[in-house]
Amino acid sequence: MNPAIQIDNVHKHYGDVHALKGLSLSIEKGEFFGLLGPNGAGKSTLINIIAGLTRMDSGQVTVMGHNVVSNYRQSRQSLGVVPQELVFDPFFSVREILQIQAGYFGKAKQSSAWIDALLEGLNLTDKANSNMRALSGGMKRRVLIAQALVHKPEVVILDEPTAGVDVELRSSLWSFVKELHNDGHTIVLTTHYLEEAENLCQRIAIVNQGQLVALDSKESLLARGVGSTCTVSVTLSKPINYLTESLRAKLKSSDDNRIEFILNRDTDTIISLVDSLRTIGAEIIDLRTEDADLEDVFIELTKQVNG
Amino acid sequence: MNWQGMYTLFHKELRRFGKVALQTVLAPIMTALLYLLVFSHVLEEHVSVYNDVSYTAFLIPGLMMMSIIQNSFANSSSSLVQSKVTGNIIFVLLTPLSYLEFYLAFLASSIVRGLSVGLGIFIIASFFVDLPLHNALWLLIFAIFSSAVLGSLGIIAGIWAEKFDHMAGFQNFIIMPLSFLSGVFYSIHSLPEFWQILSKFNPFFYMIDGFRYGFFGVADVNPYLSLLVVSLFWLSFASLTLFMLHKGYKLRD
Repeated sequence: MNPAIQIDNVHKHYGDVHALKGLSLSIEKGEFFGLLGPNGAGKSTLINIIAGLTRMDSGQVTVMGHNVVSNYRQSRQSLGVVPQELVFDPFFSVREILQIQAGYFGKAKQSSAWIDALLEGLNLTDKANSNMRALSGGMKRRVLIAQALVHKPEVVILDEPTAGVDVELRSSLWSFVKELHNDGHTIVLTTHYLEEAENLCQRIAIVNQGQLVALDSKESLLARGVGSTCTVSVTLSKPINYLTESLRAKLKSSDDNRIEFILNRDTDTIISLVDSLRTIGAEIIDLRTEDADLEDVFIELTKQVNG
Repeated sequence: MNWQGMYTLFHKELRRFGKVALQTVLAPIMTALLYLLVFSHVLEEHVSVYNDVSYTAFLIPGLMMMSIIQNSFANSSSSLVQSKVTGNIIFVLLTPLSYLEFYLAFLASSIVRGLSVGLGIFIIASFFVDLPLHNALWLLIFAIFSSAVLGSLGIIAGIWAEKFDHMAGFQNFIIMPLSFLSGVFYSIHSLPEFWQILSKFNPFFYMIDGFRYGFFGVADVNPYLSLLVVSLFWLSFASLTLFMLHKGYKLRD
Protein backbone atom coordinates (compact mmCIF):
# COMPACT_ATOMS: atom_id res chain seq x y z
CA MET A 1 0.00 0.00 0.00
CA ASN A 2 1.32 3.45 -0.93
CA PRO A 3 2.06 5.82 1.93
CA ALA A 4 0.22 9.17 1.95
CA ILE A 5 3.49 11.02 1.38
CA GLN A 6 6.79 9.40 0.43
CA ILE A 7 9.93 11.55 0.38
CA ASP A 8 13.13 9.98 -0.94
CA ASN A 9 16.57 11.56 -0.75
CA VAL A 10 15.43 15.11 -1.55
CA HIS A 11 18.10 17.75 -2.10
CA LYS A 12 17.51 21.44 -2.59
CA HIS A 13 20.01 24.29 -2.91
CA TYR A 14 19.35 28.02 -2.86
CA GLY A 15 22.61 29.35 -4.24
CA ASP A 16 25.27 28.24 -1.76
CA VAL A 17 22.74 27.25 0.87
CA HIS A 18 22.01 23.53 1.02
CA ALA A 19 18.43 23.79 2.29
CA LEU A 20 17.59 20.07 2.16
CA LYS A 21 20.36 17.48 2.45
CA GLY A 22 19.02 14.20 1.14
CA LEU A 23 15.94 14.16 3.31
CA SER A 24 13.82 10.99 3.31
CA LEU A 25 10.68 10.13 5.23
CA SER A 26 7.38 8.40 4.83
CA ILE A 27 3.99 9.50 6.17
CA GLU A 28 1.36 6.78 6.36
CA LYS A 29 -2.26 7.14 5.34
CA GLY A 30 -4.51 8.35 8.13
CA GLU A 31 -1.64 9.62 10.28
CA PHE A 32 -1.62 12.85 12.24
CA PHE A 33 2.00 13.75 11.57
CA GLY A 34 4.05 16.58 13.05
CA LEU A 35 6.88 18.23 11.18
CA LEU A 36 8.93 20.29 13.58
CA GLY A 37 12.13 22.26 13.39
CA PRO A 38 13.58 25.68 14.16
CA ASN A 39 13.23 28.58 11.71
CA GLY A 40 15.24 27.96 8.56
CA ALA A 41 15.39 24.21 9.18
CA GLY A 42 13.90 23.41 5.76
CA LYS A 43 10.29 22.63 6.77
CA SER A 44 8.70 25.16 4.41
CA THR A 45 11.01 24.16 1.57
CA LEU A 46 9.95 20.55 2.07
CA ILE A 47 6.26 21.46 2.15
CA ASN A 48 6.65 23.59 -0.98
CA ILE A 49 8.33 20.69 -2.77
CA ILE A 50 5.47 18.34 -1.80
CA ALA A 51 2.97 20.94 -3.02
CA GLY A 52 4.85 21.62 -6.27
CA LEU A 53 5.59 25.25 -5.37
CA THR A 54 9.34 24.59 -5.30
CA ARG A 55 11.40 22.37 -7.57
CA MET A 56 13.78 19.95 -5.89
CA ASP A 57 17.31 19.50 -7.27
CA SER A 58 17.16 15.72 -6.93
CA GLY A 59 15.15 13.06 -5.19
CA GLN A 60 11.57 11.92 -5.47
CA VAL A 61 8.31 12.80 -3.72
CA THR A 62 4.93 11.13 -4.09
CA VAL A 63 1.53 12.03 -2.66
CA MET A 64 -0.89 9.08 -2.46
CA GLY A 65 1.44 7.28 -4.86
CA HIS A 66 1.46 10.09 -7.43
CA ASN A 67 4.82 11.64 -8.30
CA VAL A 68 4.63 15.39 -7.59
CA VAL A 69 6.60 16.22 -10.75
CA SER A 70 5.63 13.69 -13.43
CA ASN A 71 2.08 13.13 -12.16
CA TYR A 72 1.41 16.54 -10.65
CA ARG A 73 -2.26 16.67 -11.60
CA GLN A 74 -3.15 13.64 -9.48
CA SER A 75 -0.77 14.54 -6.65
CA ARG A 76 -2.27 18.02 -6.35
CA GLN A 77 -5.81 16.60 -6.46
CA SER A 78 -4.82 14.53 -3.43
CA LEU A 79 -3.28 17.39 -1.49
CA GLY A 80 -4.63 20.44 0.33
CA VAL A 81 -2.19 23.01 1.70
CA VAL A 82 -2.96 25.68 4.27
CA PRO A 83 -0.20 28.25 3.73
CA GLN A 84 1.57 30.00 6.56
CA GLU A 85 0.94 33.56 5.34
CA LEU A 86 -2.52 35.12 5.45
CA VAL A 87 -2.82 35.55 1.69
CA PHE A 88 -6.11 36.26 -0.05
CA ASP A 89 -7.59 37.64 -3.26
CA PRO A 90 -9.10 41.04 -2.44
CA PHE A 91 -11.54 40.99 -5.36
CA PHE A 92 -13.82 38.23 -4.13
CA SER A 93 -16.13 37.18 -1.32
CA VAL A 94 -15.51 34.08 0.79
CA ARG A 95 -18.03 31.97 -1.17
CA GLU A 96 -16.69 33.18 -4.53
CA ILE A 97 -13.15 32.30 -3.50
CA LEU A 98 -14.19 28.78 -2.51
CA GLN A 99 -16.18 28.31 -5.74
CA ILE A 100 -13.19 29.48 -7.79
CA GLN A 101 -10.81 27.18 -5.92
CA ALA A 102 -13.12 24.19 -6.46
CA GLY A 103 -13.33 25.11 -10.16
CA TYR A 104 -9.54 24.98 -10.57
CA PHE A 105 -9.74 21.34 -9.49
CA GLY A 106 -12.61 20.64 -11.92
CA LYS A 107 -15.12 20.34 -9.06
CA ALA A 108 -17.17 23.52 -9.45
CA LYS A 109 -20.52 21.85 -10.06
CA GLN A 110 -20.48 19.28 -7.26
CA SER A 111 -18.94 21.61 -4.67
CA SER A 112 -21.94 23.67 -3.60
CA ALA A 113 -23.10 21.47 -0.68
CA TRP A 114 -19.51 20.83 0.44
CA ILE A 115 -18.78 24.57 0.45
CA ASP A 116 -21.83 25.11 2.68
CA ALA A 117 -20.60 22.34 5.00
CA LEU A 118 -17.11 23.86 5.15
CA LEU A 119 -18.49 27.31 5.88
CA GLU A 120 -20.60 25.90 8.67
CA GLY A 121 -17.83 23.72 10.09
CA LEU A 122 -15.48 26.68 10.22
CA ASN A 123 -18.10 29.13 11.55
CA LEU A 124 -18.00 31.21 8.40
CA THR A 125 -21.61 30.91 7.21
CA ASP A 126 -22.53 34.47 8.15
CA LYS A 127 -19.40 35.76 6.37
CA ALA A 128 -19.96 33.80 3.15
CA ASN A 129 -20.79 36.90 1.12
CA SER A 130 -18.29 39.22 2.79
CA ASN A 131 -15.24 40.38 0.90
CA MET A 132 -12.00 38.88 2.19
CA ARG A 133 -10.72 42.35 3.07
CA ALA A 134 -13.50 42.73 5.63
CA LEU A 135 -12.50 39.64 7.63
CA SER A 136 -10.37 39.48 10.76
CA GLY A 137 -7.07 37.60 10.74
CA GLY A 138 -8.62 34.56 12.41
CA MET A 139 -11.43 34.42 9.86
CA LYS A 140 -8.98 34.73 6.99
CA ARG A 141 -7.09 31.79 8.48
CA ARG A 142 -10.30 29.73 8.51
CA VAL A 143 -10.97 30.63 4.87
CA LEU A 144 -7.47 29.37 4.03
CA ILE A 145 -8.36 26.06 5.65
CA ALA A 146 -11.63 25.90 3.70
CA GLN A 147 -9.74 26.65 0.47
CA ALA A 148 -7.33 23.80 1.16
CA LEU A 149 -10.23 21.40 1.72
CA VAL A 150 -12.62 22.50 -1.01
CA HIS A 151 -11.50 19.83 -3.48
CA LYS A 152 -11.73 17.11 -0.81
CA PRO A 153 -8.06 16.09 -0.70
CA GLU A 154 -7.00 12.95 1.17
CA VAL A 155 -3.87 14.63 2.56
CA VAL A 156 -3.90 18.03 4.27
CA ILE A 157 -0.79 20.00 5.15
CA LEU A 158 -1.21 22.75 7.73
CA ASP A 159 1.80 25.06 7.79
CA GLU A 160 1.77 26.95 11.09
CA PRO A 161 -2.04 27.21 11.06
CA THR A 162 -2.36 28.75 14.50
CA ALA A 163 0.34 31.42 14.21
CA GLY A 164 -1.17 34.67 15.48
CA VAL A 165 -4.53 33.04 16.25
CA ASP A 166 -6.20 33.66 19.62
CA VAL A 167 -6.69 30.83 22.11
CA GLU A 168 -10.43 30.35 21.52
CA LEU A 169 -10.09 30.15 17.76
CA ARG A 170 -7.07 27.89 18.07
CA SER A 171 -9.11 25.46 20.09
CA SER A 172 -12.00 25.47 17.56
CA LEU A 173 -9.53 25.02 14.69
CA TRP A 174 -8.04 21.96 16.36
CA SER A 175 -11.50 20.49 16.93
CA PHE A 176 -12.17 20.88 13.22
CA VAL A 177 -8.83 19.37 12.25
CA LYS A 178 -9.35 16.45 14.66
CA GLU A 179 -12.70 15.78 12.96
CA LEU A 180 -10.95 15.76 9.60
CA HIS A 181 -8.46 13.27 10.95
CA ASN A 182 -11.24 11.09 12.35
CA ASP A 183 -12.86 11.17 8.91
CA GLY A 184 -9.74 9.49 7.52
CA HIS A 185 -7.69 12.43 6.27
CA THR A 186 -3.93 12.31 6.63
CA ILE A 187 -2.86 15.47 8.46
CA VAL A 188 0.63 16.94 8.35
CA LEU A 189 1.19 19.76 10.79
CA THR A 190 4.04 22.18 11.24
CA THR A 191 3.85 24.37 14.30
CA HIS A 192 5.98 26.38 16.65
CA TYR A 193 3.65 25.53 19.52
CA LEU A 194 5.23 22.27 20.58
CA GLU A 195 2.45 21.46 23.01
CA GLU A 196 0.10 21.39 20.00
CA ALA A 197 2.24 18.78 18.29
CA GLU A 198 2.51 16.88 21.56
CA ASN A 199 -1.27 16.85 22.00
CA LEU A 200 -2.25 16.09 18.42
CA CYS A 201 0.42 14.21 16.51
CA GLN A 202 0.92 10.45 16.49
CA ARG A 203 4.35 10.61 14.89
CA ILE A 204 6.78 13.49 14.76
CA ALA A 205 9.72 14.33 12.52
CA ILE A 206 12.23 16.91 13.66
CA VAL A 207 14.16 18.63 10.89
CA ASN A 208 17.21 20.76 11.46
CA GLN A 209 19.63 22.28 8.96
CA GLY A 210 17.99 20.41 6.10
CA GLN A 211 18.35 17.02 7.75
CA LEU A 212 16.03 14.70 9.61
CA VAL A 213 17.27 14.54 13.20
CA ALA A 214 14.41 12.48 14.61
CA LEU A 215 11.46 10.52 13.29
CA ASP A 216 9.50 8.56 15.82
CA SER A 217 6.20 8.14 17.59
CA LYS A 218 5.40 10.87 20.08
CA GLU A 219 5.78 8.40 22.98
CA SER A 220 9.22 7.23 21.85
CA LEU A 221 10.42 10.79 21.37
CA LEU A 222 9.24 11.77 24.83
CA ALA A 223 10.91 8.65 26.23
CA ARG A 224 14.20 9.88 24.79
CA GLY A 225 13.90 12.97 26.95
CA VAL A 226 12.96 10.84 29.99
CA GLY A 227 15.85 8.49 29.34
CA SER A 228 18.72 10.90 29.69
CA THR A 229 17.98 13.50 32.35
CA CYS A 230 15.29 14.56 34.74
CA THR A 231 14.64 17.81 36.53
CA VAL A 232 14.04 17.70 40.29
CA SER A 233 12.60 20.72 42.03
CA VAL A 234 13.25 20.98 45.77
CA THR A 235 11.62 23.43 48.18
CA LEU A 236 13.52 24.01 51.44
CA SER A 237 12.23 25.37 54.75
CA LYS A 238 14.75 28.25 54.44
CA PRO A 239 17.35 29.33 51.88
CA ILE A 240 20.85 27.88 52.20
CA ASN A 241 24.13 29.66 51.44
CA TYR A 242 26.33 26.71 50.62
CA LEU A 243 26.21 23.81 48.13
CA THR A 244 28.79 21.07 47.82
CA GLU A 245 30.71 20.80 44.56
CA SER A 246 28.72 17.73 43.47
CA LEU A 247 25.41 19.54 44.10
CA ARG A 248 26.63 22.63 42.24
CA ALA A 249 27.39 20.40 39.23
CA LYS A 250 23.73 19.35 39.13
CA LEU A 251 22.28 22.82 39.82
CA LYS A 252 19.86 24.13 37.18
CA SER A 253 18.44 27.18 38.96
CA SER A 254 18.04 28.62 42.40
CA ASP A 255 15.38 31.05 43.59
CA ASP A 256 15.23 31.85 47.31
CA ASN A 257 14.33 28.54 49.00
CA ARG A 258 13.44 26.74 45.75
CA ILE A 259 16.24 24.93 43.91
CA GLU A 260 16.16 22.92 40.67
CA PHE A 261 18.62 20.15 39.95
CA ILE A 262 19.19 18.15 36.78
CA LEU A 263 19.87 14.50 37.49
CA ASN A 264 21.42 12.04 35.10
CA ARG A 265 19.14 9.01 35.26
CA ASP A 266 22.03 6.61 34.72
CA THR A 267 24.30 7.90 37.49
CA ASP A 268 22.19 9.93 39.93
CA THR A 269 19.33 8.99 42.22
CA ILE A 270 16.82 11.13 44.05
CA ILE A 271 17.79 9.47 47.36
CA SER A 272 21.45 10.47 46.91
CA LEU A 273 20.31 14.05 46.14
CA VAL A 274 18.19 14.14 49.31
CA ASP A 275 21.10 12.72 51.37
CA SER A 276 23.49 15.33 49.96
CA LEU A 277 21.08 18.12 50.86
CA ARG A 278 20.58 16.76 54.39
CA THR A 279 24.35 16.60 54.83
CA ILE A 280 24.62 20.37 54.39
CA GLY A 281 21.73 20.97 56.79
CA ALA A 282 18.96 21.66 54.31
CA GLU A 283 15.42 20.80 55.46
CA ILE A 284 13.28 19.62 52.55
CA ILE A 285 9.58 20.48 52.72
CA ASP A 286 8.66 19.56 49.11
CA LEU A 287 10.21 17.63 46.22
CA ARG A 288 8.92 17.22 42.66
CA THR A 289 10.22 15.58 39.51
CA GLU A 290 9.29 17.06 36.13
CA ASP A 291 8.71 14.84 33.12
CA ALA A 292 10.43 15.75 29.89
CA ASP A 293 8.17 17.35 27.32
CA LEU A 294 8.56 17.64 23.58
CA GLU A 295 10.26 20.97 23.99
CA ASP A 296 13.11 19.36 25.97
CA VAL A 297 13.53 16.70 23.29
CA PHE A 298 13.34 19.29 20.53
CA ILE A 299 15.96 21.52 22.15
CA GLU A 300 18.26 18.62 22.85
CA LEU A 301 18.03 17.16 19.34
CA THR A 302 18.42 20.45 17.50
CA LYS A 303 21.26 21.43 19.89
CA GLN A 304 23.12 18.21 19.06
CA VAL A 305 23.09 19.01 15.34
CA ASN A 306 23.90 22.69 15.81
CA GLY A 307 26.70 21.77 18.19
CA MET B 1 -6.88 19.05 -20.48
CA ASN B 2 -8.42 20.42 -17.29
CA TRP B 3 -11.09 22.37 -19.21
CA GLN B 4 -13.10 23.36 -16.18
CA GLY B 5 -10.00 24.52 -14.31
CA MET B 6 -8.89 26.59 -17.29
CA TYR B 7 -12.35 28.08 -17.74
CA THR B 8 -12.48 28.90 -14.02
CA LEU B 9 -9.19 30.82 -14.21
CA PHE B 10 -10.34 32.61 -17.38
CA HIS B 11 -13.69 33.48 -15.81
CA LYS B 12 -12.03 34.61 -12.58
CA GLU B 13 -9.80 36.96 -14.57
CA LEU B 14 -12.84 38.36 -16.39
CA ARG B 15 -14.64 38.93 -13.09
CA ARG B 16 -11.51 40.53 -11.65
CA PHE B 17 -11.38 43.24 -14.27
CA GLY B 18 -15.19 43.37 -14.47
CA LYS B 19 -15.37 44.29 -10.78
CA VAL B 20 -13.26 47.37 -11.49
CA ALA B 21 -14.67 48.08 -14.96
CA LEU B 22 -14.66 51.81 -14.35
CA GLN B 23 -10.88 51.68 -14.22
CA THR B 24 -10.21 48.81 -16.62
CA VAL B 25 -12.73 49.41 -19.43
CA LEU B 26 -14.52 52.75 -19.15
CA ALA B 27 -11.47 54.86 -18.26
CA PRO B 28 -9.43 53.78 -21.34
CA ILE B 29 -12.47 54.35 -23.57
CA MET B 30 -12.80 57.84 -22.11
CA THR B 31 -9.09 58.53 -22.63
CA ALA B 32 -9.25 57.42 -26.27
CA LEU B 33 -12.30 59.58 -26.90
CA LEU B 34 -10.53 62.59 -25.40
CA TYR B 35 -7.57 61.97 -27.73
CA LEU B 36 -10.06 61.77 -30.58
CA LEU B 37 -11.73 65.01 -29.59
CA VAL B 38 -8.52 66.99 -29.16
CA PHE B 39 -6.49 65.65 -32.08
CA SER B 40 -9.31 65.61 -34.59
CA HIS B 41 -10.28 69.15 -33.64
CA VAL B 42 -6.76 70.51 -33.90
CA LEU B 43 -5.42 68.50 -36.85
CA GLU B 44 -8.45 67.74 -39.06
CA GLU B 45 -7.63 70.56 -41.47
CA HIS B 46 -3.85 70.25 -41.26
CA VAL B 47 -3.02 66.59 -41.74
CA SER B 48 -3.78 64.71 -44.91
CA VAL B 49 -3.72 60.94 -44.81
CA TYR B 50 -5.29 58.55 -47.33
CA ASN B 51 -7.43 59.86 -50.21
CA ASP B 52 -11.09 60.20 -49.30
CA VAL B 53 -10.41 59.40 -45.63
CA SER B 54 -10.87 62.19 -43.11
CA TYR B 55 -8.26 62.59 -40.40
CA THR B 56 -10.85 61.90 -37.70
CA ALA B 57 -11.88 58.64 -39.39
CA PHE B 58 -8.19 57.74 -39.83
CA LEU B 59 -7.56 58.37 -36.16
CA ILE B 60 -10.27 56.04 -34.80
CA PRO B 61 -8.75 52.65 -35.79
CA GLY B 62 -5.37 53.84 -34.47
CA LEU B 63 -6.85 54.83 -31.13
CA MET B 64 -8.82 51.59 -30.99
CA MET B 65 -5.73 49.51 -31.59
CA MET B 66 -3.60 51.57 -29.19
CA SER B 67 -6.18 50.96 -26.49
CA ILE B 68 -6.42 47.25 -27.35
CA ILE B 69 -2.63 46.97 -27.10
CA GLN B 70 -2.33 48.82 -23.81
CA ASN B 71 -5.25 47.11 -22.11
CA SER B 72 -4.41 43.59 -23.20
CA PHE B 73 -0.94 44.12 -21.75
CA ALA B 74 -2.29 45.74 -18.60
CA ASN B 75 -4.74 42.91 -17.94
CA SER B 76 -2.37 39.98 -17.72
CA SER B 77 0.59 41.94 -16.35
CA SER B 78 -1.27 43.72 -13.54
CA SER B 79 -3.18 40.60 -12.50
CA LEU B 80 0.01 38.54 -12.28
CA VAL B 81 2.17 41.09 -10.53
CA GLN B 82 -0.62 41.82 -8.05
CA SER B 83 -1.07 38.11 -7.32
CA LYS B 84 2.67 37.70 -6.87
CA VAL B 85 3.10 40.71 -4.61
CA THR B 86 0.10 39.83 -2.43
CA GLY B 87 1.02 36.14 -2.50
CA ASN B 88 -2.36 34.83 -3.67
CA ILE B 89 -0.76 33.38 -6.84
CA ILE B 90 -0.22 30.34 -4.60
CA PHE B 91 -3.90 29.39 -4.98
CA VAL B 92 -3.39 28.88 -8.72
CA LEU B 93 0.03 27.25 -8.37
CA LEU B 94 -1.32 24.63 -5.95
CA THR B 95 -3.91 23.43 -8.46
CA PRO B 96 -3.64 20.77 -11.19
CA LEU B 97 -3.64 23.45 -13.92
CA SER B 98 -0.90 22.88 -16.49
CA TYR B 99 1.32 25.70 -17.75
CA LEU B 100 -0.54 25.63 -21.07
CA GLU B 101 -3.93 26.00 -19.35
CA PHE B 102 -2.52 28.80 -17.22
CA TYR B 103 -1.29 30.59 -20.36
CA LEU B 104 -4.51 30.15 -22.34
CA ALA B 105 -6.72 31.38 -19.48
CA PHE B 106 -4.66 34.54 -18.94
CA LEU B 107 -4.36 35.07 -22.69
CA ALA B 108 -8.11 34.75 -23.32
CA SER B 109 -9.01 37.20 -20.56
CA SER B 110 -6.48 39.72 -21.92
CA ILE B 111 -8.01 39.39 -25.37
CA VAL B 112 -11.51 39.92 -23.99
CA ARG B 113 -10.45 43.05 -22.12
CA GLY B 114 -8.60 44.44 -25.15
CA LEU B 115 -11.55 43.78 -27.44
CA SER B 116 -14.04 45.22 -24.93
CA VAL B 117 -12.17 48.51 -24.81
CA GLY B 118 -11.68 48.56 -28.61
CA LEU B 119 -15.35 47.81 -29.23
CA GLY B 120 -16.42 50.47 -26.75
CA ILE B 121 -14.38 53.11 -28.59
CA PHE B 122 -15.78 51.93 -31.93
CA ILE B 123 -19.40 52.08 -30.77
CA ILE B 124 -19.16 55.56 -29.26
CA ALA B 125 -17.04 56.97 -32.12
CA SER B 126 -19.56 55.58 -34.64
CA PHE B 127 -22.12 58.08 -33.36
CA PHE B 128 -19.92 60.95 -34.47
CA VAL B 129 -17.92 59.67 -37.45
CA ASP B 130 -18.99 57.67 -40.46
CA LEU B 131 -16.47 54.81 -40.60
CA PRO B 132 -16.20 52.55 -43.66
CA LEU B 133 -15.83 48.83 -43.03
CA HIS B 134 -13.69 47.21 -45.72
CA ASN B 135 -13.22 43.76 -44.17
CA ALA B 136 -14.67 42.89 -40.73
CA LEU B 137 -12.89 39.53 -40.55
CA TRP B 138 -9.56 41.25 -41.13
CA LEU B 139 -10.36 43.64 -38.30
CA LEU B 140 -11.25 40.83 -35.94
CA ILE B 141 -8.12 38.84 -36.79
CA PHE B 142 -5.86 41.84 -36.17
CA ALA B 143 -7.66 42.76 -32.96
CA ILE B 144 -7.37 39.21 -31.59
CA PHE B 145 -3.80 38.58 -32.76
CA SER B 146 -2.57 41.93 -31.49
CA SER B 147 -4.16 41.54 -28.09
CA ALA B 148 -2.73 38.00 -27.99
CA VAL B 149 0.77 39.42 -28.58
CA LEU B 150 0.32 41.97 -25.81
CA GLY B 151 -1.48 39.54 -23.49
CA SER B 152 1.52 37.21 -23.83
CA LEU B 153 3.97 40.06 -23.29
CA GLY B 154 1.94 41.03 -20.21
CA ILE B 155 2.34 37.52 -18.79
CA ILE B 156 6.10 37.68 -19.44
CA ALA B 157 6.30 41.08 -17.73
CA GLY B 158 4.08 39.93 -14.86
CA ILE B 159 6.27 36.90 -14.23
CA TRP B 160 9.47 38.91 -14.50
CA ALA B 161 8.40 41.91 -12.37
CA GLU B 162 8.94 41.61 -8.65
CA LYS B 163 7.24 44.85 -7.69
CA PHE B 164 4.82 47.38 -9.12
CA ASP B 165 7.71 49.71 -9.94
CA HIS B 166 9.15 47.17 -12.40
CA MET B 167 5.75 46.95 -14.07
CA ALA B 168 5.40 50.73 -14.29
CA GLY B 169 8.82 50.83 -15.96
CA PHE B 170 7.78 48.21 -18.51
CA GLN B 171 4.52 50.02 -19.21
CA ASN B 172 5.89 53.56 -19.43
CA PHE B 173 9.23 52.93 -21.12
CA ILE B 174 8.32 50.16 -23.56
CA ILE B 175 4.60 49.77 -24.20
CA MET B 176 3.59 53.45 -24.09
CA PRO B 177 6.35 54.86 -26.37
CA LEU B 178 6.07 52.01 -28.87
CA SER B 179 2.29 52.40 -29.09
CA PHE B 180 2.47 56.20 -29.42
CA LEU B 181 5.16 55.99 -32.13
CA SER B 182 3.42 53.34 -34.18
CA GLY B 183 1.32 55.50 -36.49
CA VAL B 184 -1.72 56.01 -34.30
CA PHE B 185 -1.85 59.71 -35.07
CA TYR B 186 -0.23 59.79 -38.53
CA SER B 187 0.54 57.78 -41.64
CA ILE B 188 4.23 56.91 -41.70
CA HIS B 189 4.35 58.25 -45.29
CA SER B 190 4.10 61.72 -43.76
CA LEU B 191 7.35 61.12 -41.85
CA PRO B 192 10.94 61.78 -43.04
CA GLU B 193 12.53 58.67 -44.55
CA PHE B 194 14.69 57.89 -41.51
CA TRP B 195 11.63 57.81 -39.22
CA GLN B 196 9.70 55.78 -41.78
CA ILE B 197 12.42 53.12 -41.71
CA LEU B 198 12.61 53.22 -37.93
CA SER B 199 8.82 52.84 -37.64
CA LYS B 200 9.06 49.58 -39.55
CA PHE B 201 11.06 48.09 -36.67
CA ASN B 202 8.18 48.79 -34.33
CA PRO B 203 5.86 45.75 -34.15
CA PHE B 204 2.97 47.92 -33.00
CA PHE B 205 3.08 49.74 -36.34
CA TYR B 206 2.05 46.52 -38.14
CA MET B 207 -0.80 45.95 -35.70
CA ILE B 208 -2.24 49.40 -36.31
CA ASP B 209 -1.57 49.45 -40.03
CA GLY B 210 -3.14 46.03 -40.61
CA PHE B 211 -6.10 46.91 -38.43
CA ARG B 212 -6.61 50.17 -40.30
CA TYR B 213 -6.62 48.22 -43.58
CA GLY B 214 -9.71 46.37 -42.31
CA PHE B 215 -11.57 49.71 -42.19
CA PHE B 216 -10.29 51.54 -45.25
CA GLY B 217 -8.86 48.89 -47.57
CA VAL B 218 -5.61 50.89 -47.78
CA ALA B 219 -2.50 50.68 -45.62
CA ASP B 220 1.08 51.96 -45.37
CA VAL B 221 2.52 48.47 -45.98
CA ASN B 222 1.17 45.25 -47.46
CA PRO B 223 -1.43 43.99 -44.94
CA TYR B 224 -0.25 40.40 -45.40
CA LEU B 225 3.21 41.50 -44.28
CA SER B 226 1.55 43.05 -41.23
CA LEU B 227 -0.32 39.82 -40.53
CA LEU B 228 2.91 37.84 -40.85
CA VAL B 229 4.80 40.15 -38.50
CA VAL B 230 2.04 40.14 -35.89
CA SER B 231 1.69 36.33 -36.13
CA LEU B 232 5.45 35.86 -35.72
CA PHE B 233 5.49 38.11 -32.66
CA TRP B 234 2.63 36.14 -31.13
CA LEU B 235 4.42 32.89 -31.84
CA SER B 236 7.65 34.20 -30.31
CA PHE B 237 6.04 35.64 -27.18
CA ALA B 238 3.81 32.61 -26.73
CA SER B 239 6.85 30.32 -26.95
CA LEU B 240 8.78 32.42 -24.45
CA THR B 241 5.79 32.59 -22.08
CA LEU B 242 5.22 28.84 -22.23
CA PHE B 243 8.93 28.21 -21.70
CA MET B 244 8.96 30.47 -18.62
CA LEU B 245 5.81 28.85 -17.22
CA HIS B 246 7.09 25.35 -17.94
CA LYS B 247 10.35 26.10 -16.12
CA GLY B 248 8.48 27.81 -13.29
CA TYR B 249 10.66 30.91 -13.76
CA LYS B 250 10.09 33.24 -10.77
CA LEU B 251 6.91 31.33 -9.92
CA ARG B 252 8.12 27.95 -8.67
CA ASP B 253 11.62 28.56 -7.23
